[in-house]
Amino acid sequence: MPSTGSNAGREPVTFPQYLLLNAKRFANRTATRHKDLGIWQSWTWKQQYEEIRAFSVGLQEMGVGEGDKIAIAGTNRPRLYWTFCAVQALKAIPVPVYADAVAEEMAYVLNHAGVRLAVVQDQEQVDKILSFSDEISSLKDIIYDEPRGLRDYDHTHLKSFADVQDIGKAAMEADAGRVQAWEDAINASDGEEVSVFLYTSGTTGRSKGVVLKAHTSVKAACDTAGFDNLTENDNVLAYLPLAWAGDHYLNYAQGYVSALCMACPESPETVAHDLREIGPTFYFAPPRVFEQLLTSVMIRMEDAGAIKKRIFHHFLGVAKKHGEAILEGRSVPLGARLSYWLGDKLVFGPLKNTLGFSNIRTAYTAGEAIGPDLFSFFRALGINLKQLYGQTEAFLYVTAQKDGEIHPETVGKAVPDVEIRISDEGEVLFKSPGMFVEYYADEQKTKETFTEDGFIKTGDAGIFDAHGDLKIIDRAKDVGKLKNGSLFAPKYIENKLKFFPNVKEAVAFGDQRDMCTVMMNIDLAAVGNWAERNNISYASYQELAGLPEVYEMMREHVDQVNRDLAGEELMAGSQITRFLVLHKELDADDGELTRTQKVRRSFIADRYAPLIEALYDGSSEKFVETEVTFEDGRKGSISATVKIMDMETQPAAGARQEAAE
Amino acid sequence: MNQHIDPGTLRADDGIERGGMLLHVDNISLSFGGVKAITDVSFDVKKGEIRAIIGPNGAGKTSMLNVINGFYHPQEGTITFRGEKRRRMRPHRAASQGIARTFQNIALFKGMTTLDNIMTGRMTLMKSSMLSQAMWWGPAHREEIAHRETVEKIIDFLEIEHIRKTPVGRLPYGLQKRVELGRALAADPALLLLDEPMAGMNLEEKEDMSRFVLDVNQQFGTTIALIEHDMGVVMDLSDRVVVLDYGRKIGDGTPDEVRNNQAVIDAYLGVSHE
Repeated sequence: MPSTGSNAGREPVTFPQYLLLNAKRFANRTATRHKDLGIWQSWTWKQQYEEIRAFSVGLQEMGVGEGDKIAIAGTNRPRLYWTFCAVQALKAIPVPVYADAVAEEMAYVLNHAGVRLAVVQDQEQVDKILSFSDEISSLKDIIYDEPRGLRDYDHTHLKSFADVQDIGKAAMEADAGRVQAWEDAINASDGEEVSVFLYTSGTTGRSKGVVLKAHTSVKAACDTAGFDNLTENDNVLAYLPLAWAGDHYLNYAQGYVSALCMACPESPETVAHDLREIGPTFYFAPPRVFEQLLTSVMIRMEDAGAIKKRIFHHFLGVAKKHGEAILEGRSVPLGARLSYWLGDKLVFGPLKNTLGFSNIRTAYTAGEAIGPDLFSFFRALGINLKQLYGQTEAFLYVTAQKDGEIHPETVGKAVPDVEIRISDEGEVLFKSPGMFVEYYADEQKTKETFTEDGFIKTGDAGIFDAHGDLKIIDRAKDVGKLKNGSLFAPKYIENKLKFFPNVKEAVAFGDQRDMCTVMMNIDLAAVGNWAERNNISYASYQELAGLPEVYEMMREHVDQVNRDLAGEELMAGSQITRFLVLHKELDADDGELTRTQKVRRSFIADRYAPLIEALYDGSSEKFVETEVTFEDGRKGSISATVKIMDMETQPAAGARQEAAE
Repeated sequence: MNQHIDPGTLRADDGIERGGMLLHVDNISLSFGGVKAITDVSFDVKKGEIRAIIGPNGAGKTSMLNVINGFYHPQEGTITFRGEKRRRMRPHRAASQGIARTFQNIALFKGMTTLDNIMTGRMTLMKSSMLSQAMWWGPAHREEIAHRETVEKIIDFLEIEHIRKTPVGRLPYGLQKRVELGRALAADPALLLLDEPMAGMNLEEKEDMSRFVLDVNQQFGTTIALIEHDMGVVMDLSDRVVVLDYGRKIGDGTPDEVRNNQAVIDAYLGVSHE
């Protein structure tokens, strides 16, 4: 807390204030690590303070002041993280930009924010900015971290990070009071200034600049750091894009308030290695990362010797049965405990070590639904994996699962100081300490996002389950109703199907119709492998997808999903009554998926209209001809007779119970 | 953070100015029995330039490189490298004099890691005896650390951190080429010979490799002589080009001069259809 000035003794309300505090209370603890030339270099909080101060004063000498916007672009590197704090110390505003954004996207953000100066990683980013710098009148200078390849560039408006620090150091030497003045300015802040602009990734239209205030950001970070007991003894690996709200929150914001140690990987390609060497205590990854990890483990085990394989699968069975109970401290028979202990020595321990998960205290996943089996696999190994639900507009956290209260299908309860309610239309609304002020220079959008009483509309449809945990079911605009009035949430049903490894894609229909039906894609790798093992021959995706054995397999999966749905009060009405397996894989080249592999619902409804009609007219098969685009742009067509299968629905949970009694 | 290889740390200055004569090949003739591989070829390589050797298959390009680095011994002619005239030389002498090379067909130690492969490039520069290296104590230990640091800078330069500990046999072709360049660089060469560095690469890999060749030349000031068939690459990268055909020199000059040389067009480039 500020030790001088009128704010002495008060809790810090900005991140630079936390820097001053940490440089005092944890002067000799490591604040940042970075692997360079194969060796982990580290900086203590005191050293980090000095680096930031020199850069910040250097920026000041270059004329940066309150309210100036400074773009930051690059991969996770200490100097770029320091830039955030150095800029905030001057009450200027950091604007992180995605490093892989193409020049046009970057130009849009820099222009929209009115950036005065850009701090970037390397030649690639410098080139990108120079390619459009004429269009951005506000842009004065570019500062780079890595000098490689930039030697022969015109340096009138181009400086290296170290040069700016030298300017700062010279200024501090020339003026003895300069350091004090710099610190006083930080301490004087009441936290009302803007802390950062975080541009949303812009999946729907142009990206929007989310404006966050300093003291609310600090408050949100303190709340969640407290929720997960983060302290100076924790360490994290910063490997997600630094322009993403999650990275800024988890590594920078929580990092400063809890004074944990943040490590930057050597390069984006070495993250898996670096993870193993650092062994973080707090970890975040989107579900697909966990999925890839699981797949790679299983594939490598397939190549292992017979004895190792048996040991692995035996103890995996033990973990599945008792792992989660042991993790949550529930009572477990002594024999099972011993067996798990042995498994830990032989399998789980070494496995976690290889993945870099040995020291994890808390791991989070978010962004999309995670399959219950996948989720349980990691928890069974003894990794405290939890789900959270968040938004850039909330400065990340809205809800998070609490230790010991983990229900795989929900995202937990509201984190401290967050209020949630569900609107009449089923949309999740929230109010949180870290919530944003506005979209920068976009009054219209800001107005649309807030309710009249100051809640933020998430655009997600959700419900509270019996435990009072929030369950996100779909994007609000996709949720509809069947003709009989039951709720119909297509993505919720599709996700349940997609959790089966054999199902690659699923598209559910039912809004304004009598019943719910589904089109599916099989996963060629998984089902092909299964066919090989069972001596079932096939020549193409189309043939495999149409085999009666495959239909039977899909029928079992759909039946399982129906049983699940029957157990849920709100969803019991939208069980799947008929399904078909598509004769071709949905493909982004044909416009059926987005480039990020999301289903384009309306397009598919149009393209496969005859099939959808067949799903509802009771026929048992339908001949279709579909145009396809090959990778080189040529077009062709596939024709097939697609079979349609009827399903039996299950009685809803309440009704079943009555029958049993 | 970003110390890259500083030209100052490279092999002691040989007193030759940038642009001065580094290598002079005089009237070289080489034959294997009755086959004349090279007939009376002369050219020079100036310090700091990128010099390309081009020509149709069997023109004697690789033989020329082999003569320069001492693997073949020409029957006639002399080679002057850094002011020192020689007729016969063994490859290891060439290596310790500062000539390093890569090969047309990758010649790495497949079972060893990237790091170890590049470390072997430092071998000729290691001073401690085999015994003390085996003991790995005292001076030998310190020496290895210093060499390792240089190697790490090369790994950083070539952006191959992620395969540092991967056996090179498991790497894709493009990366193996990069590792081989790394090993040649590790010898701190005064003259770097690249035998078809882009052969068999796709467009993206070629672009990467071109970038690295230019960076090596510009940042370390390394003189480079390269053989390459991709004319686009040759014309973009090199300062001067020498053209061989049936073992004879038929052209020598800047890319533009060579492109307009009728003898070269007839023998190699062909006629443009525009």
